[in-house]
Amino acid sequence: MSQLVLDRLKERFTAGEILETGSQHGNEWARVRRDAWRAVAEFLRDDPATRMDMFVDLTCVDRFGREPRFDVVLHLYSLDKKLRVRLYGAVTEEEPSIDTVAPVWPGANWFEREAYDLYGVRFRGHPDLRRILMYPEFVGHPLRKDYPKEKRQPLVRRDPGRVD
Amino acid sequence: MDHKGDSDSYASAGNLAPPPPPTGRRVVMGIKDVSDLEELELPSETMPLNMGPSHPAMHGTVRMVMEVEGEKISSADIQVGYLHRCFEKESEYATYTQIFPYTDRLNYVSPMLNNVGYALAVEKLLEIDKKVPERAQYIRVIVGEISRITDHLTCLGASAMELGAFTPFLYNIKFREWLWELLEELSGARLTHSYVRIGGVSGDLTEGFGDKLRDVLRRGREVLVDVDKLLTRNRIFRDRMDGVGIITKEDIGAWGITGPMARASGVAYDIRKDHPYLVYGDLDFDVPIGSVGDNFDRFAVRIEEMHQSMRMIEQALDKIPDGPVMLNDPRVALPAKSETYNSIEAMISHFKLIMDGIRVPPGEVYSFTEGGNGELGFYIVSDGTGRPWKCRVRPPSFANTAILGKVLPGLFLADVVPTFGMVNMIGGECDR
Repeated sequence: MSQLVLDRLKERFTAGEILETGSQHGNEWARVRRDAWRAVAEFLRDDPATRMDMFVDLTCVDRFGREPRFDVVLHLYSLDKKLRVRLYGAVTEEEPSIDTVAPVWPGANWFEREAYDLYGVRFRGHPDLRRILMYPEFVGHPLRKDYPKEKRQPLVRRDPGRVD
Repeated sequence: MDHKGDSDSYASAGNLAPPPPPTGRRVVMGIKDVSDLEELELPSETMPLNMGPSHPAMHGTVRMVMEVEGEKISSADIQVGYLHRCFEKESEYATYTQIFPYTDRLNYVSPMLNNVGYALAVEKLLEIDKKVPERAQYIRVIVGEISRITDHLTCLGASAMELGAFTPFLYNIKFREWLWELLEELSGARLTHSYVRIGGVSGDLTEGFGDKLRDVLRRGREVLVDVDKLLTRNRIFRDRMDGVGIITKEDIGAWGITGPMARASGVAYDIRKDHPYLVYGDLDFDVPIGSVGDNFDRFAVRIEEMHQSMRMIEQALDKIPDGPVMLNDPRVALPAKSETYNSIEAMISHFKLIMDGIRVPPGEVYSFTEGGNGELGFYIVSDGTGRPWKCRVRPPSFANTAILGKVLPGLFLADVVPTFGMVNMIGGECDR
């Protein structure tokens, strides 16, 4: 359906930047090298053939046991052309960071905060990288596969009258 | 949906007609004019103001930390997450069928839409989404649209109540209750239905369901006419809704806003129309869009969508074919009870499906449907076992709530209530 997007990506970027493309269950996807992440995002938004003007979703997958361990997953849509694409950006466990796309689509701000909160992936250049679903004192990143489901958290005591 | 030109309707209503607002001046809450306030140079310091997480004027657990200059908001930090119940983490430990009750609790005012959205995602992974019996697809559309109506009724009723109009709230809740009674008859539960199954639905429509539903819709239309009369020409309501909380067309895509909120800003993006699923392609319906993108447009779009949903339900009731409501595929469907109790093969099959779960081939899918508040997406990663490796829900409310941080600054404190109400943030879905 959206093969055009993958073709445009392969035209514009080298094979070292767009590592792999494919299609499954009607979803087209491309695997992007980490340092080209932001450039690919901006290209997809600005290219007149793709015009990915809608930010849909950003999340992370913990592929425990695989190296690099995490995939940041970005879903985009074009309101004009009705095209969709999914991008993967692989992130290592030792250095879990990738460029932010919040300046490209402001809606990505909260989704990146969520991915940071639940998976511990840091987004370089993010304007406000705080936890969003968990509270600030939470220890660890709960959606990582090595975070036990039954794990208890230390009791936190809040100073009365604190504003944050 | 141009609602700007009907100020003369007050005059035709006869007595007590308020004068139309002078053109070119933005009147807020009927008494104040922003430009007058800006000219007054009163010494003012900004003050931090905390609203929520539990506040009587906000129907959701969300906290807003705002900086206010007098009555005016200069910055707002929206903090969500108070209703986080680990949907994703729990889903990784549950079989595919066990996740249905969790999806009920995402958007708890339209659980059927979540059920349907999730079932479609798993069916795509199993590659049976086109094989689901037609009758089941029609039933899914009917219950889904009923849920959409209950979602909008709750949103509009609660928002009207927060602006002081208590009667429309009671009327809406009355209509919603009629619909929930029907869904209870169908699924056994008033609110958390868990009615849809992978491969179909859990049971056929009950005896006389169609006639009862038609009757409810007939009475419901009368309710909507009453509510419309009470609100659409209500001066207090209009003054607090018109021109407040405007979201431009350009912001819609960049912030990932979908659903009634996007359509109110003039973006005609409706997944039922643009990427039809189930039998929406066979139904005739219109997509209402707004022209201003303010709170009133969001209100009006929701009213019109309820009428369109009723149209769809009636067409679906006319067209629904006879036949099975569950796919006859031993990989996903439980064997008949008589078989389970009388043959060892069926009992083992039943046991395996319950204990191991439906085995879904390895793969990844992003499946999206039109939820009550916008694009409800399920991104599922399967590793080939009976439990998902990752089951992510793309919550429309999360993206819709995020833009409040941009919309609220510049508004008055009292504008927070209608603006937040029309975003219709559902805590269960936003925080998961």
